[in-house]
Amino acid sequence: MRKILSGNEAIARGAYEAGVKVAAAYPGTPSTEILETIAEEYKEIYAEWSTNEKVALEVVIGASMAGARAMACMKHVGLNVAADPFMTLSYVGVIGGLVLVTCDDPELYSSQNEQDNRNYAKFAKVPMLEPSDSQEAKDFVKLGFELSERFDTVVMLRSVTRVSHAKGIVKLEEPIAPPVTIEIRKQTEKFTMLPSFARVRHRVIEERLLKLKEFAEEFEGNRMEINNSDFGIITSGISYQYAKEVFPDFSYLKLGMVWPLPKNLIKEFFKKVKRVYIVEELDPFLEDNIRAMGFKPKGGKDRFPLCGELNPLLVEKGIRGRGFKTPKPYFQEPLPPRPPNLCPGCPHRGIFAVLRKLKVYVAGDIGCYTLGAYPPLNSLHSNVCMGSSVGAAHGMAKALGEAGKGKIVGVIGDSTFLHAGVSPLMDIGYNRSYATIIILDNRTTGMTGSQEHPGSGYTIRGEKTHQVDFIELGRVLGIENPRKVNPWDLEEIEKVLKEELEKDEPSLIVNEGPCILLRRAFKKYNQPLKVDQSKCIGCKSCVNLGCPAISYQPVEGEMALTADGKKRKGIAYIDPTLCPGCHLCFQVCKFEAIQSQEEKPIFGFETVVNT
Amino acid sequence: MENRTTNILVAGVGGQGVILASDIMSEVFMEAGYDVKKSEVHGMAMRGGIVTSHFRFGKKVYSPLIKEGEVDILFAFEQLEGLRWLNHLRPEGKILMNDHKVNPPAVNLGEMGYPQAIPETIRSKFKDFYLVKGTEIALQIGDVRAANVVLLGAFSRFFEIAEQKWLDIILKYLPPKVHDLNRRAFSSGREQVA
Repeated sequence: MRKILSGNEAIARGAYEAGVKVAAAYPGTPSTEILETIAEEYKEIYAEWSTNEKVALEVVIGASMAGARAMACMKHVGLNVAADPFMTLSYVGVIGGLVLVTCDDPELYSSQNEQDNRNYAKFAKVPMLEPSDSQEAKDFVKLGFELSERFDTVVMLRSVTRVSHAKGIVKLEEPIAPPVTIEIRKQTEKFTMLPSFARVRHRVIEERLLKLKEFAEEFEGNRMEINNSDFGIITSGISYQYAKEVFPDFSYLKLGMVWPLPKNLIKEFFKKVKRVYIVEELDPFLEDNIRAMGFKPKGGKDRFPLCGELNPLLVEKGIRGRGFKTPKPYFQEPLPPRPPNLCPGCPHRGIFAVLRKLKVYVAGDIGCYTLGAYPPLNSLHSNVCMGSSVGAAHGMAKALGEAGKGKIVGVIGDSTFLHAGVSPLMDIGYNRSYATIIILDNRTTGMTGSQEHPGSGYTIRGEKTHQVDFIELGRVLGIENPRKVNPWDLEEIEKVLKEELEKDEPSLIVNEGPCILLRRAFKKYNQPLKVDQSKCIGCKSCVNLGCPAISYQPVEGEMALTADGKKRKGIAYIDPTLCPGCHLCFQVCKFEAIQSQEEKPIFGFETVVNT
Repeated sequence: MENRTTNILVAGVGGQGVILASDIMSEVFMEAGYDVKKSEVHGMAMRGGIVTSHFRFGKKVYSPLIKEGEVDILFAFEQLEGLRWLNHLRPEGKILMNDHKVNPPAVNLGEMGYPQAIPETIRSKFKDFYLVKGTEIALQIGDVRAANVVLLGAFSRFFEIAEQKWLDIILKYLPPKVHDLNRRAFSSGREQVA
């Protein structure tokens, strides 16, 4: 049977066909749909959203030690979080096959950096497979499990956005029964990395790498396509597809395994082809290693960008060089950009409006709310990685001392807080600073498309489970009086925030209101609001909330006066098809020009979360 | 079957159903016996931002991304997004555009104007241009969310694939209670392209 699958769906299918027993992940673009697909379609597999990537990897390590085939999936930066278990996993190896999927994000479509995780394979001395389309994604996952068991190693599978989120036709097969039995095994010397045991294991992994190099020479996924003795390309993954598209008649050495590299095969290719180019995204990973073997390619990173993703045009331009003519544009005037934006009704908007008003410094974090940095909210001033807001706010408070009192805030989403914010909040409780931390608790992992987490009360398959209480947790970590605010009540937010900022002790605010897209959270949305055109003076107070439902429209002539004769240059307009009735604009309007259709405007929504 | 791959760039704004439309297209052309590939971006880029989906079909498709300057059909769900991706078209390319505007933030804030007379600008450069009131028709039929199906109806006229084949796949993606509405949406869309 043939089916159109995305790279991520194909990876999930591969896990199913390989007889995977345990799969764990933390959501992260572009990897999220792998576990979502497993949870929805392959009920045979135990699937979980783990608290973070480190936990996810540890969960699958345990499963593998028991003999189960197990898979952990994460975005590229997720592997930084999981790097600690990962580096030593290389030493301990596996019992049941273990595949670690890393989905890199060249071009940073939804990430804080564009690191090239091929470097991790070399760093940890483990094999890495790199599929170039959905069919290979599925095939390589299955192969990964075989290699993992054969060579006693974790196998990395590297995808990128254009493999994970591209769709192609895939041939489906039946699942197999894995060869290893699942039982308790006490292999202390293999699995307990005391220095004395680890020294032995280090030798084992160096020998393993030599065996993997031999395997790379015969591996059919490392494939030569000789069409031409003048021009050839060494490439892997998605770059192969781009190159093949523009230079179908060149010769190719397509590497399905990018670490370790097949030296003899590369040598043979250089013998068969005069001019060899190396085409790869991001780092000169293949190029540096191939040059270090003593080969001299005709071109590599001198022709292709180090930053961003490749595409067919960039590949053609790089190889043709000066002879390449970029297509002539039909239209060149600048157009209004369309950056991503907080949704109408978003529970993060109110808090940013108040933070802007109070002119405080806001250490930010990873999530939809990072968009609070954009105009017109302009009220988020830093963001490094998952959980960084909490420690950074604390450190800044310690550095500033008196000068920063009442001015330092950290904002972090609920899922992000549970992922990496608990330890730094404990640090604040322990080392005592006046930083005010705000948990933006929208009951979901918003940016990645609404996934459950330990604070949402549901598992990946929608079963009810234990729900972390942020107020209780705050108290346990040393915050004496954590407080909740209603994210749609600006007056309340401002009052509580001012009180908390004044305190000379650790403080925690939980901004509790569900994501507007979390369907199960709302009994109903409010009626859309409306601008009374006779009253609006065009002051832009509502417009500057940055709500996509509100626009400013210039007016002329008769329209340039309000009913009571005030001059105006424009008026606000609320798009009724977009407005879910959060009433923030109603609260900021000083001219009673925004009408609510509710009998009594409610600051917030009727929600059913947490019942 | 022609050797050349056909390139379709679907462009719009997050929430307009661009990705669903391109999913449907992929399945229709796979069923018709073609190799298909498509590519888009999820995550942060979708929060009210630009959404594009590259869809390609042919005998054998390699790249999931269309080379700039080689788009055969630009299928725009919104006027500004139609203009934004114009430079990706071949000189003899075709455009199907929804006659609908969604303001980007700079326009909402009053800092920039929404570009004037986009259909006229496009028509002055490309003869093969179809402007369809997809959103308006969907609203008349009773659900703005059916706009993508109206547009697919118009789009389907460019190919020799039976109307029923399209409908079979479209309805597979939708709950039964909206099947009738979407049948009407699709056939209204077909009427828009002569």
